[in-house]
Amino acid sequence: MALKIIASQCTSCSACEPECPNVAITEKNGTFVIDPKKCTECLGHFDAPQCAAVCPVDDTCVIDTSFPRYQVPA
Amino acid sequence: MQALAQHEGITAGNVANVAEVMQTIAEHKGCGTSGGSGKASCGSAAGQGDLPTEIWEKVKNHPCYSEEAHHHYARMHVAVAPACNIQCNYCNRKYDCANESRPGVVSEKLTPEQASKKVLAVASTIPQMTVLGIAGPGDPLANPEKTFKTFELIAKTAPDIKLCLSTNGLTLPDHVDTIAGFNVDHVTITINMVDPEIGAKIYPWVFWKHKRYTGVEGAKLLTDRQLLGLEMLTERGILCKVNSVMIPGINDKHLVEVNKAVKSRGAFLHNIMPLISAPEHGTVFGLTGQRGPTAQELKALQDSCEGEMNMMRHCRQCRADAVGLLGEDRSAEFTTDKIMAMEVNYDLDTRKAYQAKVEEERVAKVAAKQEELSTLAGEMSDIKLLVAVATKGSGLINEHFGHAKEFQIYELSTAGAKFVGHRRVDLYCQGGYGEEDSLETIIRAINDCHAVFVAKIGGCPKADLLKAGIEPIDQFAHEFIEKSAIAWFKSYLDKVNSDEIEHVERGDAEIRQGALITAA
Ligand code: SF4
Ligand code: SF4
Ligand code: SF4
Repeated sequence: MALKIIASQCTSCSACEPECPNVAITEKNGTFVIDPKKCTECLGHFDAPQCAAVCPVDDTCVIDTSFPRYQVPA
Repeated sequence: MQALAQHEGITAGNVANVAEVMQTIAEHKGCGTSGGSGKASCGSAAGQGDLPTEIWEKVKNHPCYSEEAHHHYARMHVAVAPACNIQCNYCNRKYDCANESRPGVVSEKLTPEQASKKVLAVASTIPQMTVLGIAGPGDPLANPEKTFKTFELIAKTAPDIKLCLSTNGLTLPDHVDTIAGFNVDHVTITINMVDPEIGAKIYPWVFWKHKRYTGVEGAKLLTDRQLLGLEMLTERGILCKVNSVMIPGINDKHLVEVNKAVKSRGAFLHNIMPLISAPEHGTVFGLTGQRGPTAQELKALQDSCEGEMNMMRHCRQCRADAVGLLGEDRSAEFTTDKIMAMEVNYDLDTRKAYQAKVEEERVAKVAAKQEELSTLAGEMSDIKLLVAVATKGSGLINEHFGHAKEFQIYELSTAGAKFVGHRRVDLYCQGGYGEEDSLETIIRAINDCHAVFVAKIGGCPKADLLKAGIEPIDQFAHEFIEKSAIAWFKSYLDKVNSDEIEHVERGDAEIRQGALITAA
């Protein structure tokens, strides 16, 4: 039930941080990370995960498969 | 993005006398273009020309707006705004915003507090620093808190510094009142199209109100917001410059439409920049092999828009953390570590005194040019040619050929000398002076010029330049650029008229495409 940020692709642009409705994103050691305990995949807030929608690098904010899904893909 | 201002204090000190002198000069049709073909290129040239006085007051010390001022005044950018809310096909977000910076450049990101300390440190060290811009490294208005916090801190401690801002325009309408509240009276908007079909080829998506919009839908949203923001700013009397990136085959012809659209909404200056694209930048255009324009294509487009409004030809696509005169970058002197260790003493009086001296220089330069221009009176010739000039600033031919990081290009005709652009060559000079392949690339960069004016030049490059048909000229070392260029042009015409030499057209030149991965 979370997204994660692929650290090696993150440009540290910070665009995702203010978009998260759950304040799950913070800066750590120069890149940004998602706290899986806080992330809800934006369920109940928005149609699409905000971090993935604003991120300039494709496939950087991705589903973390080690957590069960909140939103079942259509 | 980049540069703008609020002017008070400083300028007020020396405005009175300068304004008078400039007024007189302006009557001469500032720019040295012929009076006949409608508008002179004054937004970017020497004098007030036909700019209304209140606009002239705002731009005359602004290096990014006044071609003449850019020889004398310095600007700096602080990189406080890393996030962006759109995607451009010529941008790779590993680097700075390509709308304002050259692709492939990385700026040192600062907090608003670090940024304001840096501004004070630079302003105390470089008294001619009059403009602070926020231009990235992403979109300043996608980072409104950081951007406006920085303005707030600087307005408090250094009220004489002009503030400016550049944006892609997506959220501009939401921030117009805040911008006006901070007295930011210059804003740059990058507008590459007014037709969403064309926009879809430039912008894969925009992020707006919690949603990603792609294709024509996204581009439509962007253009509507850009034009609305532009209108709202000009309604409030805030000066707006428009930047456009010329992308051959995509928006090159369309930029004439863009020029009309932005002019009708009150933009006072339009800056058409070449697309710079190479595979190593990792941008979409870099990877698809989309080429940038040649120097001749760019100039032709700028010329075709010039009748419509002021064009700006001296834009250097500065880094988001650039410091110094346009074309130079002293940012390495002001790294975060160095600034935090600096004892800063902000002395308004010293700055004023220094700037008064700069004004004297400026007036002297313009007077020298006018005097020389009068010697061309009565000359009849259709010859128009380009020359390259190596300069370090102050409007003088004062740079050594081998040390030049860029050449300024002037167009000479019986109407005088008109600044039409610059060519960067810094990438090629790394190997030091006189190196053969670096020389070849310099020649390619100024291949459309008949002559190159330098303070000094060695024997080898001199011979090679001559062979390439470019005359190296060092007899005007440390003299005023325009005055010298006109004097040389007059003797050139004399030689052509007496059949001593034959006038031949030059070929096209190359716009430097290499990435500036390392600091310039
Ligand atoms: S998916 Fe939504 S909730 Fe999860 S980190 Fe991204 S923005 Fe925050
Ligand atoms: S938006 Fe993407 S690139 Fe930017 S900080 Fe977040 S994860 Fe990194
Ligand atoms: S506006 Fe375009 S060029 Fe500037 S940072 Fe955003 S995507 Fe890059």
